[in-house]
Amino acid sequence: MIDIIIRYLLFLLFPPVMLGIVNRVKAIFAGRKGQPILQTWRDIAKLARKEIVLSSTTTWVFLAGPAVGLATMLIAGSLIPFGPFRSPLGFTGDLILFAYLFGLARFFTTSAALDTGSAFEGMGASREVTFAFLTEPALFLALLSLAKLSGSLDLNGVLLGPAGGFSPTTVAPLVLVALALSIVVLAECSRIPVDDPNTHLELTMIHEVMVLDHSGPLLGAITYAASLKFFILSTLLLHVVTPPSTGIAALDWLLFAAELVALSVGVGVIESIMARFRMRRVPWFLTGALLCSGSAFVLLVR
Amino acid sequence: MSNMVMVLAAIAVSAASGLPSLLSRSRAGQVASALVLGAGALVGVAGLIPVFGPSSPISLVAEWGLPWGGFSVGLDALGGIFLLPVFIIPTLAAIYGLGYRDVRDHPEGGRGFDVFYGLFVAGMALVVVARDATLFLLAWEAMALSSWFVASAESDKAEVRRAGWVYLVATHIGTLLLFAMFSLWKASTGSFALVSAVAMAPGTAGMIFVLALAGFGLKAGLVPLHMWLPGAHANAPSNVSAVMSGVMIKLGVYGILRMTSLMPRPELWWGWTLLALGCLTGFAGIAWATGQADIKRVLAYSSVENIGIVAMGGGLALLGRSLGRPTLILLGMGGALFHVWNHGLFKSLLFMDAGLVIHETGTRRLESLGGLLKRMPVAAALFAVGAIAISALPPLNGFAGEWLIYLGFFRGVSAGTGPGLPAAAAGAAVLASIGALAVAAFVRVFGTVFLGSPRSPSPSKKGNASRRSAEWLMTAPMLLLVLACIVVGLAPGLVLPAIGAAAAEWGGLRNEGLTLVGLADFSWTLPLALALLVLASGIYGLFVLSARRGRKTARPTWDCGYAEPTPRMQYGASSFSEFLGRSLSFVAVRIRKSEPPEGAFPATGSFSSKAPDPVLDLAIRPLASLARRLMPGMRFLQKGQTQLYLAYILVATVILLALGAATS
Repeated sequence: MIDIIIRYLLFLLFPPVMLGIVNRVKAIFAGRKGQPILQTWRDIAKLARKEIVLSSTTTWVFLAGPAVGLATMLIAGSLIPFGPFRSPLGFTGDLILFAYLFGLARFFTTSAALDTGSAFEGMGASREVTFAFLTEPALFLALLSLAKLSGSLDLNGVLLGPAGGFSPTTVAPLVLVALALSIVVLAECSRIPVDDPNTHLELTMIHEVMVLDHSGPLLGAITYAASLKFFILSTLLLHVVTPPSTGIAALDWLLFAAELVALSVGVGVIESIMARFRMRRVPWFLTGALLCSGSAFVLLVR
Repeated sequence: MSNMVMVLAAIAVSAASGLPSLLSRSRAGQVASALVLGAGALVGVAGLIPVFGPSSPISLVAEWGLPWGGFSVGLDALGGIFLLPVFIIPTLAAIYGLGYRDVRDHPEGGRGFDVFYGLFVAGMALVVVARDATLFLLAWEAMALSSWFVASAESDKAEVRRAGWVYLVATHIGTLLLFAMFSLWKASTGSFALVSAVAMAPGTAGMIFVLALAGFGLKAGLVPLHMWLPGAHANAPSNVSAVMSGVMIKLGVYGILRMTSLMPRPELWWGWTLLALGCLTGFAGIAWATGQADIKRVLAYSSVENIGIVAMGGGLALLGRSLGRPTLILLGMGGALFHVWNHGLFKSLLFMDAGLVIHETGTRRLESLGGLLKRMPVAAALFAVGAIAISALPPLNGFAGEWLIYLGFFRGVSAGTGPGLPAAAAGAAVLASIGALAVAAFVRVFGTVFLGSPRSPSPSKKGNASRRSAEWLMTAPMLLLVLACIVVGLAPGLVLPAIGAAAAEWGGLRNEGLTLVGLADFSWTLPLALALLVLASGIYGLFVLSARRGRKTARPTWDCGYAEPTPRMQYGASSFSEFLGRSLSFVAVRIRKSEPPEGAFPATGSFSSKAPDPVLDLAIRPLASLARRLMPGMRFLQKGQTQLYLAYILVATVILLALGAATS
């Protein structure tokens, strides 16, 4: 019971902090002092109080986009185990639902973008739906490799691995799976080198340009949902790369939080030392993820 | 036995349902025809229900004087899965058709239409119950020809005639292949009866499988045999497109499944082939769909995709049978059959919705549409549900069906070794990619048709505006279909036993302990779907409250500082898929013509892009025109007289008989 409470407190409160850490790391690299770690929370709180400006072109779809986007992330967060702690839900085949919830969110957020009738938001939506046809199979092949390793068909079993942890002989495929999942995290969460969350030119944006016309609480919900997505996919990746459980619940929670912080720092470092790819190179980068998880699978079944 | 009689009676009533319309060329006749068809469907469905229970298959054999075989019909769970949509969907489409094609607006083509529509339904039903090759082929041809007549109902348009011609040729090539297949069947089993063959030489069995795949694949639309499908579906009246796409092409799948269930243990390469073809069909179909400029062609290519998904499930089940893995059989075949039902529901819904849009605006071109949500809120909401369902997104029925197939792939991977394993992994990855592309294709259609602002000045309303009843006649069947999508999506457990029975029957597992219901636990769908719904609508409600609080000033979309954005500046359908099209250039061909604006004061500039069908437009059409250049030398054989062609047939038959006598 206490684990469930910690789980949801962490899941609902921590994600915006992760974005704060990423920004702080980038600021330090740039020689700036940087914004407070809690800045994303402050932004969300402020946006929640502001009024919504609606374009006369928009319809109910415009509001449904952020609503479904946030709701799907809340459900997806309940399906995945955090660190060594099993998810409260969990059933055979939940990993398929998990992956498809992101598709449902994508359907609504891209539709909401098209609802504004703006060329720029259409552009963002078009890019968003394009990348998925490469990231989705990469994600599925990664999950298949883990399913093969663990012999399980639910997220708890697949991600927590066999009872004694993954055996050392499977290091090579696991490294490839981790590489694939890292690329998926960067792409799905609109980070550099796929997308630049801080860019100021609409023509080069993906996620940011889709939400140009969303304001006030709508934008707040989108920002919050984006941070939840970052949290969830990071958790997925952490399952592959982190040490096994210590056996003491309190220590495990601390360890899990530390891992999330470390991953946020890592993303911040990547964003500081890399430039964004040109748009037409992004599909090739994502193909790399597909190749990594495909090779992992080949290594496992050879 | 009485069930069989009920189904046969339903078929007879369907076949005769066009008579009222033929005799009284009036609105009353048209309504009466739809009612008769509906009555027949009710009888048929009532007769069908017991086949999903524990009872054994029913059959009926009668002599009817043809030398090749008796009038042999049967009913079983596998047939029942295909027969149920055959009865239900055409009835809904006929009610829709009362609004869509009011006979008072179509005095020219109204008469024959209902007659052939009834024959079309009867032909499809007879295909499913036939248990003798001769009867099967007769029913198959009745279905093919009558569907050609209803699909070409608007034959005053050149485009319709062209598409009809391609369909007619394609379907007859398919029938020829089926003649070859059934001849081999006769040679191998000793009769034309379609009953389980005990043993068969591997070579012959493989040949029969290949011929079935080609002959039935032509009807189902397996790539590269799909070439007739987009044109025929797009150019048929929308109520006919709904039936062709939702029901008829599935009978091609039925043929493949029926033949494979009758043959002894399949070889490994059968499953591989079907799975590979399914992957190709699914991926290419949806990749092509994303580039189409015509709303109905998008839906047609999406049907190709969905047939691919069904074939993937079927391929997995065939592999399961070769490898002796009942879980793969049940999950693969269960997913395939579930998807047959689901696609029947959402694809006919989407075609009807597209028809509603065409009825309202008079155009099928995506680039001329836009902003229709405000004008047609109900159609938009129904389309949104259909689009989510067909993109296989939770919590609707499309996801439930694909979930079974995924589960089969994952089981094939996690618990297996050997040849099934890489196939299952590749299948899962391709299915994931197809799912992402389906979202892209349907967001594109939903966005360009219903969202944003109108791209062309509001076209005048077609037809007689005073007939408000037409809208209700068209919307009511769609509401039923949407309801079915939602109910099946939230509670797949309701239909799973029937699907499981059919899958078990196909795999010869009817009396085993293992069932599909035991393998696939759907108890999570309802609670999770409700949680999602409550969360989403709760957040939506908060947004609405917050939006009410603000000042009410209608502003245009910001659009990055343009003073006056016009609807023509929106992202259109082709711009939306431009980036995707470039990324998919390894499978989808796009022909672009552009004259970019030049100089400091550009006067003109233009851009156009086309997405030709790689098989029909780039392979078959060039070959056909080559043939037309080379063939005039043979024209002396052609006099355009039917009697002459019949004489050719007679002469050929005599020569064949003589050859047969000489060789035996």
